[in-house]
Amino acid sequence: MVKPEKLIENGIRLDGRKPDELRPIKIKVGILNRADGSCYFEFGGNKVIAAVYGPREVHPRHMQKSTSAVVRYRYNMASFSVEERKRPGPDRRSIEVSKVSREALEPVIFQEYFPRSAIDIFVEVLQADAGTRTAGINAASIALADAGIPMKSLVSACAVGKVDDTLVLDLNKDEDNYGQADMPIAMTPDGKITLLQMDGHLTREEFKEGLEMAKKGCLAISELQRSALMEKYSTLIEGEVNE
Amino acid sequence: MQMDKKLVIPGDFLSDDVKLADEGTYIEDGKVFSSVFGIASLKNHIKVVPLSGKYIPRQGDLIIGIITEVSFSNWIVDIRSPYEGLLHISEFPRRIDNSEMSKHLGVGDSIMTLVKDVDPSMKVELTLNDQRLRQIKDGQVIEVTPSKVPRLIGRSGSMIALLKNETNCNIFIGQNGRVWITGKDKNLDLAARTIQKIEKESHIPGLTDRIVKFLKEEKGMLFKEPVKKKEEKGSAKKQEQEPEKEPVQEEIADEEAVKEDVGEPENMEEKKSGGILDELLDK
Repeated sequence: MVKPEKLIENGIRLDGRKPDELRPIKIKVGILNRADGSCYFEFGGNKVIAAVYGPREVHPRHMQKSTSAVVRYRYNMASFSVEERKRPGPDRRSIEVSKVSREALEPVIFQEYFPRSAIDIFVEVLQADAGTRTAGINAASIALADAGIPMKSLVSACAVGKVDDTLVLDLNKDEDNYGQADMPIAMTPDGKITLLQMDGHLTREEFKEGLEMAKKGCLAISELQRSALMEKYSTLIEGEVNE
Repeated sequence: MQMDKKLVIPGDFLSDDVKLADEGTYIEDGKVFSSVFGIASLKNHIKVVPLSGKYIPRQGDLIIGIITEVSFSNWIVDIRSPYEGLLHISEFPRRIDNSEMSKHLGVGDSIMTLVKDVDPSMKVELTLNDQRLRQIKDGQVIEVTPSKVPRLIGRSGSMIALLKNETNCNIFIGQNGRVWITGKDKNLDLAARTIQKIEKESHIPGLTDRIVKFLKEEKGMLFKEPVKKKEEKGSAKKQEQEPEKEPVQEEIADEEAVKEDVGEPENMEEKKSGGILDELLDK
């Protein structure tokens, strides 16, 4: 695709959103039978699956920690997830995304409850459309809760960026490619930031304003995460009505 | 279900009273929050029972393990947990020789075992040195989510007692979510299906009533003995109404009554073991 002349026209973005609007989100919990916890997460054009296994035995043995669990996070893009076929397997980018995503989730997991064990998180990107790492973190945090792993809270993530000198929430592919800045942020519902990266340039004021926008976005996502988890056991509410 | 139970996710605020905080919660800034995704009960103690999760061994737990390896002086036992169980040769009821270990317990054998000790690095020591414990040679072992074991047992053993009565099976529930059932093939199948139903629906209120109904319907199809059914139902009801009152003795009495009705000669040993199992469960 060639660069569009204008990314924002009359305050409306290319895909018809307002600057502070998120893309539509669809969540399904517990989609994989053999995983301890799992989640399917659709974030606009992004489609990701997260699976959580554990706590379980650590292999290879030398990775285990004697006083706490190790958290392992594997972010992987399917070769068909992007327009031009991606060479399968880990590359420089996905290794980095795995590391920062793991560090975005580690602070909320009570790792010391499970010494000498491993909590494995696998995130598979089936379709990519800018913001896969945030989609992956959102999905993984739901999958962790589904697996019954003790956590301080869920983690929600979304990105802010700058296109055509305007701050926008949750960039799509074109805005990401041709915009001036992209800043993914992950945080807990009470506002503790666990991931913040930035690509491009923002002024001090823009950064502050962008952070506030991201906070609102994350809060909206965390409500969706909550209702998705509740939905899995929605018969509980129905049962209460019947009786 | 009472109003003081609700579905919570990690990070949900539960109470200001730190002293009441129990399992499944954490304390921050003098407030109690949920640490797992599960059902919170706010009565007396604030605790959250997770809806899923692995079994974490604790000292004194009665569990069912499967031998995975025989080493020099230990059996290594799969206990359905992130940690493996170690059964030392000296914890076998009789003195046996190193070379004869796999003759007594081989790879793949199932055992009822007791968690003797768990150290901070999660080294799990098991024992068979207790007359309540034995090797599992007959029947069937099925698996349920460990966090649902309390629901399967019921308040002071009411659910398990109901199940035993209605299906005429001997049932032992390990804390690690493995359930050992012995009985006749048909009954065994019914018991297994009922347990699966309990596991699936344990979070929906009115569980006991539904299970009673389910058993009644299923049994109507299995046996056509209306007289026997009625009497059994009566005894089950009685049990439900007074679950707090020493279910052990009552249950044994009921079991015997049922057996008399059916006129099935069953060997005494099995009956005895049933009694022992019940005592274990109510501890």
